[in-house]
Amino acid sequence: MHWWLPLKGSTFAGEIDGLFLAILIITGIAFVIVEAGLLWFVVKYRGRPGRKAYYTHGSTRAEVIWTAIPAVTMVALGLISNHYWVKIKGRNSVPPNAYPIAIHAKQFEWQVTYPGPDGQLGTADDFEVRNQLHVPVGRPVVVHLTSEDVIHSFFVPVFRVKQDAVPGMNINVWFQATVPGTYELGCAELCGLGHYRMRAQVFVHTQEEFDAWMKQAAKGGATS
Amino acid sequence: MAHATATVDMMHPPAPAERGLDVYNNKLGMWVFLASEVMFFTALIGSYIILRFGAPGPWAPPAKVLNVPVTAFNTFLLICSSVTMVKAYAAVADGETHFLRFRPFSGGLKFWMLATIIGGAMFVGVQAYEYTHLVHHGFLPSGAREGSEVAELVASGVVPAATIGLYGSTFYTMTGFHGFHVTCGVISMTYLYVTKALRGKYSRHDYRGVEVIGLYWHFVDLVWIILFTIVYLI
Amino acid sequence: MTTVAATSHVAHAHHDDRSFLRKYIFSTDHKIIGIQFLFVSLFFLLVGGLLAMQMRWQLGFPGKPMPGGGILPDTMAPGGVLLPEYYIQLVTMHGTFMVFFAIMPLLVGVYANFLIPLKIGAHDMAFPRINMASFWSALLAGLIMLAGFFVPDGAPRAGWTSYAPLSARPDLSGASYGQMLWCVSLVFLGLSSILGSLNYITTIINNRAPGMTWFRMPLSVWSLFITAILGLLALPVLSGAVIMLLFDQTIGTHFFDPVAGGQALLWQHLFWFFGHPEVYILILPAMGMVSDIISNGSRKPIFGYHSMVFAIVAIAFLGWIVWGHHMFMSGMNPTLGSSFMVSTLIIAVPSAIKTFNWMGTMWRGNLRFHVPMLNAVAFVAMFVIGGLSGIYMAATPVDMFIHDTYFIVAHLHYVLFGGSLFALFGAITYWYPKMFGKLMSEPWGKVHFWLTFVFYNLVFFPMHTLGMAGHMRRIYDPTQYDFLKPYQPLNEFISISAFALFAVQAIFALNFILSLKWGKKAPQNPWEDNGLEWSLPAPAPHGNWETVPTVYRGPYEFSSPQVPEDYLPQYRKLPTDREPARTPVAGH
Repeated sequence: MHWWLPLKGSTFAGEIDGLFLAILIITGIAFVIVEAGLLWFVVKYRGRPGRKAYYTHGSTRAEVIWTAIPAVTMVALGLISNHYWVKIKGRNSVPPNAYPIAIHAKQFEWQVTYPGPDGQLGTADDFEVRNQLHVPVGRPVVVHLTSEDVIHSFFVPVFRVKQDAVPGMNINVWFQATVPGTYELGCAELCGLGHYRMRAQVFVHTQEEFDAWMKQAAKGGATS
Repeated sequence: MAHATATVDMMHPPAPAERGLDVYNNKLGMWVFLASEVMFFTALIGSYIILRFGAPGPWAPPAKVLNVPVTAFNTFLLICSSVTMVKAYAAVADGETHFLRFRPFSGGLKFWMLATIIGGAMFVGVQAYEYTHLVHHGFLPSGAREGSEVAELVASGVVPAATIGLYGSTFYTMTGFHGFHVTCGVISMTYLYVTKALRGKYSRHDYRGVEVIGLYWHFVDLVWIILFTIVYLI
Repeated sequence: MTTVAATSHVAHAHHDDRSFLRKYIFSTDHKIIGIQFLFVSLFFLLVGGLLAMQMRWQLGFPGKPMPGGGILPDTMAPGGVLLPEYYIQLVTMHGTFMVFFAIMPLLVGVYANFLIPLKIGAHDMAFPRINMASFWSALLAGLIMLAGFFVPDGAPRAGWTSYAPLSARPDLSGASYGQMLWCVSLVFLGLSSILGSLNYITTIINNRAPGMTWFRMPLSVWSLFITAILGLLALPVLSGAVIMLLFDQTIGTHFFDPVAGGQALLWQHLFWFFGHPEVYILILPAMGMVSDIISNGSRKPIFGYHSMVFAIVAIAFLGWIVWGHHMFMSGMNPTLGSSFMVSTLIIAVPSAIKTFNWMGTMWRGNLRFHVPMLNAVAFVAMFVIGGLSGIYMAATPVDMFIHDTYFIVAHLHYVLFGGSLFALFGAITYWYPKMFGKLMSEPWGKVHFWLTFVFYNLVFFPMHTLGMAGHMRRIYDPTQYDFLKPYQPLNEFISISAFALFAVQAIFALNFILSLKWGKKAPQNPWEDNGLEWSLPAPAPHGNWETVPTVYRGPYEFSSPQVPEDYLPQYRKLPTDREPARTPVAGH
C-alpha cells in the first residue's frame, strides 16, 4: 500500500502530480494555520471565571487581508491549472500524430478497436479486442470514446486519465504512455450492477513489441 | 383616494413589526412562489431549447403536425381571460362586487371573475380536444404511432424522422404542464369564487384573494404566450 | 389600528385548547412542525446510516456473509452475502436519504421552522397552513422513497444523482418501479421545499419584530433566508428534471435518450444546476447556526458580522455558476470547464472569510466549552478540511485523476458529516431546551462528541488515501482490481471505524430520547444567549409571545462594556436605548 499517488505512467502524470503537490502545499499551509490556530485559541482563551472577553466587532484590516490572500492564491491556482487543462484536455490538445484507437464501452465491457497495420481507423483491416488495451510506449494515443448504452468512464489511474463515455457522443481523449508494463483500466462512473467488474487490462509495449503484437493480433489471433 | 386607503387596510400586519416590503403577506408569498414557477418553466423551456438546437436533424414544421389555427384561437381565449381578470380586479378595487347592473350597464366582480373562470375552463377544454385529436392522428409523447397519419408524414419526409420523438416529448411536456397550471388556476379561482366572492367576503377594503389569484393568472397567461410562440410558431 | 390588530392576535396566543390532533399531528404551529421534521429526519438519518453500514460491510469484507444479513431476502443478500444489485441500491438510497431526507430537512425543515419566527420575533410563520402542507409533503416523499425497497426489482440503482440514460431505462439499470418512485418522491420533496421556502422568505421579509432590522438579524436567520432563496429557485429545476426523467421511464418520451435524439448530458446539467445550490442548502444553515453558537461560546460578538452576511450572499450567488465542476470529465466542452474552474475556486474566498471570522470570534474570547460549542468548533475544524480538499477537484487537471474516486467521497463527507452533521449535533443540543423544556445531558453529550470526532476522522480521513490510489466510487468489490488489492486492509480499517462511529451514535440517540423525560428542567436562558427566543419560557408556548418583544440591538452583544454580565439580550432595554421608530403602516 502506497501513501502517495500511483506510478506516473504518462507524459502528463508528472504535471498532474506536480499540481496535486502544489495544492497539497497550499492547502497544507491553510490547514495548519486554521487547525493550529483553533487549537491555540481553544487552549489560550478557555473560559476563566471573572474574566470578560475582549469586546470587538471585527477588524476591517484583518478581513481585507484574509480576503485578499485566498483570492490571489485561488486566481493564481486557476491560471496555472488552466494552463495544464488546456494542454491536456483542451479542444486542440490532441497531438496530430497520435495513434488512433476506438473504444466502445457497453455494459459491462470495453470493446477496443485497433486500426490494424495501416494505422487508420475505419478501414477493412481494423480489428476488435475485448477488455485489452494495447498501446505503444512513447507515442501519443488518441482514444475515440463512445458508449453503447449508459454513461461509463474510461479511467486508467497510472496514466491519470479519465473521460466519461457518453452515449450519443464521440469524445476524443489522448495520452502518451511512458513506462512499459501491464496496468488496469476501470469504469469510474456507475453504469449498472456490473460496474465494479467493468475492468480491462492495459498493456504498454515497446514499439517493437507493439508492432509484433499488432501483426499477430491482426491475423485474428487475439480477437476476444 | 379610496383606492389608496383600501390598500392600506389590506397590508396591515397583524402585529407591530419592523418595516418589511410594503406588500401584504399573501401577495409577497405569491410573488415568491411565481419566482419558483419561473424556474420550473425555465427548466422545461431551457431543455426544449437545448434539445432543439442539439437535435440530430431539422425540427418538424409545427403546421404539419399541430393544428395551429385552433390553438391560436385558444391563445386568444386565454388572453381574453386575462383581460376579464383585470376587469374583476378593477371592479372589486372600486367596490363593485355585484354581478351585473343594467342601468347604467356595468359588470361587477362576480361577473368578471366568472368570465375568467369560464375562459380558463374553455382553454383547458380546447387543449383536451387538441390532445385527443393529435393522439388520434398518431402524434404521441414518444413520437409517431406506427401506421398512423403522422407516421405517414414521417415516411414521406414531410416531418423529419430523427426528431419527431423529441418533438412529441417536448410538446406534450411543456403544453401539458402549462395546461396543468391553468387547471389549478381554474380550480383555485372557482374555490375563491364560491367561498368568498359569492358570499360577499370581498370588498374594496379587502380583495387580497382576487389580486393574488390575478397575479398567478397573468403569469400563466404570459407563459402561454412564450410557449405558443416557440412551440407553435417557430 | 395597529394596536387593535395586535390585541386581537394576542387573545388566542396563550389559550391553547386545541385537540391533541391539532396540537401535535396536524399542527400549524411552526415549533411543532419543526419538531415533527426533527423526529422524521432523525429517523431517515438512521435509515441512511444503516444503509451505509451494509455498504461498509461489503467494502471491508467483500463476499463474506454480513452478520444479521440473513434477515434480508434472497433478492438482496442470499445467505447474508450482499448482491451487487443490492449494493448499488444501497449506494443510491444512502445518498438520496442522507441528502434529501436527513441533512436537508434537519437543517431547513427543522431549524428554519423552529428558529425563524422565534429569532425574528413573529407569532408564527406567514402561512401556517402552507407550512403544515410542507411537512406532510416531505413525509409523504420520504415514505414513497422508502417504499422503493419493497416494490418488484427493489430500490433505484442509478446513484443519488440518477444519471440518465441508466436511470431512464429499466432494461439498463434493472430497477423499474423503484426508479419511478425515486422521481415521484422528489417531486413531492420539491413541492415541500418550495412551500417551505416561500413561507420562510415571506416571514423574514414582512414579520420581523419592531427594531429587528436586516442587520440585527442573527446569522442563523440570514443563512436560512438565503438558503430559502436557493431552495425556492433550485428545487423547481429538479422537479422539472425528474418529471422529464419520469416521462422517459413511463410514457416513452426521449429527453435523455440519445437513440432518439435526446441528450444524456442534459440530465447532468439540469441536475447539477439544481445540485450545486443544493450543496449550499446543505451547508449554509449549518454555518449560520455555528456562527450563533461560536459567538455564544466565545462570549464575544461575531467577528465581522457584515462580511459574514455578505459571504453567505456571495456563496449563494456563486453557487449558481459552478454546477459544471461536477462535469469536468463528462465530455462537456473543455472551455466551459475552464470557466467553471475559476468560478469554483473563487468560492474558496467567501468560505475563507467565514472560517477566519469564526477564528477571529474565538480570538481573545472567554470560551465556554458546552456541548454545542464543542460541536461548533469541530464544525469549523472539519469544514476546513472539506473545503480545502474541494480545491483539489476544482483544479481540473487534478480532477481528471481524482474525479469519481474515494477522494470525492472523503471530501463530501467532510462537508456533510464533518460540517453539517456536527453543526446539527450542536444545534440540536443548543435549542433542545427551547423545544422540549429539558436539557440534554452535558457529560453524555461530551462523551458522544469526542467519540464521534475520533471515529469520524478514522473513517473518512483514510478515504483520501484510497482516492489517491485511484479507488473508484460506487464499486461493489474493490478486490476485483489488482491495483486496489493492497488497499484492502485500509478498507477494512475504515469499515471497522465506521461501525464504531455508527455505534456511538446510540449515545446521542439515548441522550436525546431519555432527556425528553428525565432531562434536567431547562431554565429560560440556559446558555445566557441574546436571541429573542430566550425571552420565552422553555418550552416556548403556542403563539410565542403575547406581545412581540422590541429589539434594541444586534444579536451578538456578548461582553459588552455597557452591562456587568457578559451578555446583553436583544430584547433588553437599557436606559440609553431609544424605541425603534414605529413604522407607520405605509400606503403606496
